[in-house]
Amino acid sequence: MSAEATTAERSAVDALLGPPTPSGDGEPSQPADRRVAFGGYHRSVESRHLLLPALHAVNDSVGWVSAGALNYICERLLVPPAEAYGVAGFYALLSLEERPARVAHVCDDVACRTMGGAEILEGLEGRPDVHPSPCLGQCDQAPAVFFQRAGEEDTVLVGATCDRVTEVLEGGSVGEVPPVVPQAGDPSLRLLRRIGALDPTSLEDYRESGGYQALARAVEMGPDRVIAEIKASDLRGRGGAAFPMGIKWEAVARSPALPHYLICNADESEPGTFKDRAIMEGDPFAVVESMTIAGLAIGAERGYLYIRAEYPLAQSRLQNAIDRSRAEGLLGADVAGSGRTFEIEIRRGGGAYICGEETALMESIEGKRGEPRNKPPFPTQVGLFGRPTVINNVETLINVLDIVLEGGAAFAEIGTRESTGPKLFCLSGAVERPGLYEVEFGRTLGELIDLAGGVTGTGRIGAVMLGGAAGVFVRDDHLDMPLTFEDARARGATLGSGVILVFDDRTDFPDITKRIARFFRDESCGQCVPCRVGTVRQEELLARHDGGEPLDEDLFEEVAQVMMDASICGLGHTASTAIRSVIDLGLLERSRG
Amino acid sequence: MFGVGGGTCSYEEIETTDVILLWGSNAREAHPIFFHHLMKGVRNGAKLYAIDPRRTTSAMWADVWLGLEVGSDIALANTLAREIIASGLHHEEFIRHSTEGFEAYAESVEPWTLQRGAEITGLPPEVIGRMAHDYATAEQAQICWTLGITEHHNATDNVLALIDLALLTGHVGRYGSGLVPIRGQNNVQGGGDMGALPNRLPGFQEIEDPVSRGKFEALWGRPVPDTAGKHLSLMLEAMEHGEITALYVIGENPAQSEARSDHARHLLRGLEFMVVQDLFMTRTAELADVVFPAAAGWAETDGTVTSSERRVQRVRKALDPPGEARDDLHIISALAERMGRGWGYPTAEEVWDELRSLSPNHAGMSYRRLAEAGGLQWPCYDEDHPGTLFLHGELWDDPLPRDPAPFFPTPWAPPVDELSEEYPIRLTTGRRLDSYNTGVQSGGYSSPLRTAVAVEVAPADGAALGVAEGDLVRVVSRRGSVEAPVMVDRSLRPGLAFMAVHDPDEVDVNLLTIDAWDPKSGTAEFKATAVRIEPLQEDVEQRSGVRSVANYPA
Amino acid sequence: MAEVTLAVDGTAVTVPGGSTILDACRALGNDQPTLCYLDNLTPVNVCRVCVVEVEGNRTLVPSCSRPAEEGMEVATDSDRVRHSRKMVYEFLASSVELDLVDEETVAWMDRYGCDPDRYGLPTDPSGDRDRRKAGHHRIGPGTEAETVHQPVKVDNELYVRDYSRCILCYKCVEACGEDAQNTFAIAVAGRGFDARISTEFDTGLTDSACVFCGNCIGVCPTGALMFRSEYELRQAGMWEEDGQTVTRTICSYCGVGCNLDLHVQDNRIVKVTSPMDHSVTSGHLCIKGRFGYEYVQELGDLAVTPIDEILRRARIDDRGRRRPPKSRA
Repeated sequence: MSAEATTAERSAVDALLGPPTPSGDGEPSQPADRRVAFGGYHRSVESRHLLLPALHAVNDSVGWVSAGALNYICERLLVPPAEAYGVAGFYALLSLEERPARVAHVCDDVACRTMGGAEILEGLEGRPDVHPSPCLGQCDQAPAVFFQRAGEEDTVLVGATCDRVTEVLEGGSVGEVPPVVPQAGDPSLRLLRRIGALDPTSLEDYRESGGYQALARAVEMGPDRVIAEIKASDLRGRGGAAFPMGIKWEAVARSPALPHYLICNADESEPGTFKDRAIMEGDPFAVVESMTIAGLAIGAERGYLYIRAEYPLAQSRLQNAIDRSRAEGLLGADVAGSGRTFEIEIRRGGGAYICGEETALMESIEGKRGEPRNKPPFPTQVGLFGRPTVINNVETLINVLDIVLEGGAAFAEIGTRESTGPKLFCLSGAVERPGLYEVEFGRTLGELIDLAGGVTGTGRIGAVMLGGAAGVFVRDDHLDMPLTFEDARARGATLGSGVILVFDDRTDFPDITKRIARFFRDESCGQCVPCRVGTVRQEELLARHDGGEPLDEDLFEEVAQVMMDASICGLGHTASTAIRSVIDLGLLERSRG
Repeated sequence: MFGVGGGTCSYEEIETTDVILLWGSNAREAHPIFFHHLMKGVRNGAKLYAIDPRRTTSAMWADVWLGLEVGSDIALANTLAREIIASGLHHEEFIRHSTEGFEAYAESVEPWTLQRGAEITGLPPEVIGRMAHDYATAEQAQICWTLGITEHHNATDNVLALIDLALLTGHVGRYGSGLVPIRGQNNVQGGGDMGALPNRLPGFQEIEDPVSRGKFEALWGRPVPDTAGKHLSLMLEAMEHGEITALYVIGENPAQSEARSDHARHLLRGLEFMVVQDLFMTRTAELADVVFPAAAGWAETDGTVTSSERRVQRVRKALDPPGEARDDLHIISALAERMGRGWGYPTAEEVWDELRSLSPNHAGMSYRRLAEAGGLQWPCYDEDHPGTLFLHGELWDDPLPRDPAPFFPTPWAPPVDELSEEYPIRLTTGRRLDSYNTGVQSGGYSSPLRTAVAVEVAPADGAALGVAEGDLVRVVSRRGSVEAPVMVDRSLRPGLAFMAVHDPDEVDVNLLTIDAWDPKSGTAEFKATAVRIEPLQEDVEQRSGVRSVANYPA
Repeated sequence: MAEVTLAVDGTAVTVPGGSTILDACRALGNDQPTLCYLDNLTPVNVCRVCVVEVEGNRTLVPSCSRPAEEGMEVATDSDRVRHSRKMVYEFLASSVELDLVDEETVAWMDRYGCDPDRYGLPTDPSGDRDRRKAGHHRIGPGTEAETVHQPVKVDNELYVRDYSRCILCYKCVEACGEDAQNTFAIAVAGRGFDARISTEFDTGLTDSACVFCGNCIGVCPTGALMFRSEYELRQAGMWEEDGQTVTRTICSYCGVGCNLDLHVQDNRIVKVTSPMDHSVTSGHLCIKGRFGYEYVQELGDLAVTPIDEILRRARIDDRGRRRPPKSRA
């Protein structure tokens, strides 16, 4: 389809890709006597990963991606327009239709909806610049609103009200909100000790507080010993799967296929989760240092940090940390005198929960739709750009600093035998002091809720959502459950991403349940039949129930079973677990009366 | 090649080759399914060079596109050769063992420095150099070409220059390496195989060789002429001199497909007697004294055709032909009968079996085997022979079981129709994806891709002429002129214009083209015409009828 | 690669290394249902109807793409397998028009006892599917089962897209793109249940990169993509597959030598396909081979069969893209 880009759209793309070159592809102004061109398939493969950044560039500066802009991007990157359209339309935050310059995405997900999110949406209903949003990762400061602003940086409003949202939409500004760490000052903190205690933009402050000692130590030790210590620590992934990190690192480090890649998964989108955001905003150098240690250990020269677009503050803090570290020789051609190269590049998501799934995330970096891959092969074998790749999430990675400094054996002493180290939990909902909490593995659910000041509202627990929308709801009979991988497994629960979202006993659970069903239907990538249709049928079953019919539990079970058994990825596998637990607890029926 | 007229490779080989030189071929439009195989190769890592004056849709997929001057192919080939030799990248062992004439060849290309090649081709010297190195050092490499090489006055030299490159680097006779001419018509290969060449009998057997001839004479009980016949360009010349006065045309449309078509029509009209056997009342058929309505060979009759990978495949009758139409075999047999020398009415399979008994290349290809195997590639010497994936593997055998393959020094000569102040624009002609040759067949279906025939010019030329897309212009060559709307094509460089050949009833491009032809193959130089373009003061909407100016009355 | 031996439903089978579980099943004559799998395309394993249970795996695995491994124990007919297959078919049948799928699919659906009606009455066709945005959907009352039903797209003379029949198997995208044609006129757009096959901005095929090779139609398993000739004959109730002959021949155009299967009804070519297992085409053709046959049946006054009139219908909107026809001599 023929449509030309505007000057503004062109400059947005050129600002990212550089001006078009005479013999390269897609140049609109070719020299008159051109006799040679370089392009073709291999170049299109090489440039494809720039598709999402280019779409963002236009969406950021103009507010939406027109047909002309899409065509221009496609010319520059040698991407077929139909594919680029398919990629753009995959991401909720990219608009393929003209829209107001400022757009508000109001969170009405499980944490925010009862804290005012739903009311804001109701109050502003009908405005073309206001849309409901899945969890924005600000559950401790609900309700939250994410603003996209054409030509300006995106921003987030917490503790939002209708009036404040209107104000910002009409040109008002949003104050910067520092992450809240209720335990600030507690000397036993490991992962959170710097957050709120120092200037997150200052490399000097970071160094003064012990920062970059671990990298120096890792360079001394060399990759093999670092990996040995990680293995000795028995550190398990904090993203939900609890896979031993040392095994991943070792597999990639030993792989003869080159190059190796590192990815830091910062696409934290599990409803109720905000831990990685707090770390990235409050201690960004720690993330950079951890990634650098990992990169050197696994023999990668490039690491990607994939962060969800809804975290603009974290992104700018991280970019600053990367730039400052590079300026000090801590990234780049000769990392900390190691003679080794390591670079970090930030990639921004586009509003797609599924991109937190590791292989979907890789597809997204590669400039494709964020559709998960079938496994095997696993990322350690065939990962980013088809190469061996280690992917860890933010919280997992920053544990590396203490492991390198203290040794894996010492680290393994923390927590329990199977769940070693410190663990972050995201407390929100009906608790006195919502926020991010760090404990050693082994504390019980009840202790965590107490740490957050206990239950508010009616003061009685209706249910606790554990692990996120992909987790389970439990009742107060689980308060004695130690929050470890092994105890959760034994009791049919999960720690997931460390979500502890407390609902009091007046909560409208059918409403919460419907929101979860809506979430999974909205966030299913649509690739495989069980999840694409199953999430719809699940939502329809609940809607029918909501309309007064008894829930067809057998059919629900059949739908849940096929999603769990036959879906490609974890989204489908877990799309029913939380809802099923609500049904099992009788909460769907009880609240109806 | 080297005495056998067939591409050396199978399509599957391009899927794993390392370097592909796609030379004078817009395969993506003219040979789309071959391009599927080629793209598999590219996706498997092959580096693709596209050598074409136009940046075609095929060239868009190339790692490097080289937009050389029309007709400078030999200059480019010789420059590549010189660079390969000068860099010591030629395959000395292969040259010594399997070829002859290298010294003379090396001497002939010696003047072709990168600088000189760059001057003649218009290409940057470093890019020519890079292509030379990539081709020479590749593990496997192929040169693929079509009419961009062969529709020139020096077509045979063009082909020989490419063959020389393969000999120089040893890129022939091995799996994945070779020389790949892709045929323009579904049975151009088969026609040649069957002896529809002036100097050959079926199976590429020399007509002047008494032993070969003897086999045919023995079977047919008739003498076979012992001298080569005439190819089409020579026939036209003979008509001009009154040496040919009668013509039997089977499935050709020379009244429209020949270069300088008005002249061709003039000659056809001057014949005393012409028979045309065709599916349609073509322009040629309209000039005929007798027209035999024919059945469509591919859908209404049985037989075989041979593809560009030497694969003989069955065509089968799916439809009853309409009206009085009969298949070609029946018509020819009936004609023989009327002439008093009838041989009855053999089936296609009976004729094929006779061919098998005379052509060793085809001996093993029974109809049964052809059906079972999905076609067989010649040579296939007996019923146990699996057919042949690639040719000339014997060049690598030790001792060499055949004559060494000769190098042919090829002098470069510019296109005959020279550019001048009066005719400053180089017009080249070609094909589009949805259409085919003079459009007699492809015009019959509704194609959403079809556009009116236009003269395509570079944006700068359009601007210089003061014409916009759709404006009517007159294109004038030394031989005639046509009127056509302008289409601005960003992929053309200034000074280069393009016209498709598919709609001669609307715009008779071949009124412009030159009938200078290659003395060895008889192919005319469709690809290089000198023209000027004159804006007209009316737009295409008001245009009434065709206004083509020819030197001969219609 | 070395051979591997595995057990399928308790029967040992040895297959070449690199074989899939599906290959192993087929080697035993134990065929599995597939929808998105085709021998000439890269497996995308999205339909999940071929899933099997592999000992030691938490979830079921797609047999079409999972490599067979030494010692694997595969169950193709366990309760979990039967359940998943039944549900996948039901999910599709309750949301997509499936009345043109092949007989094998119908047989598998019967075997697994599919009952698509139990999800409620299907929703009416919707005209807005091409404009739906990722991350948002209209929440219905749940009394009807959401479908992909929508108006048929007829925007050219050669083919018709009826996405009410689309199960999103990705085959057309693969054939149009990297597995054969490298045209990339279509891709998957949207997300979740609103994911769909689309050109850029849902532009008509004639404004897209489409080159009308018809290779998408050649691989479509549900009749969502259909030749205009077949569509018009079906609309007129005159499509008679049982009365058609299929004859293999070679294309009359360029010298590549593509195998054509001519589907003939009443002495008229009504459809052209190519054999998937032939090394020249792997089932794929170009516009000329697929559609360029009409000249042999451009018969002027000789065209008297009842289907001629129907076949001409497709050309009514040809917008001058057809040359004045030359009648047969």
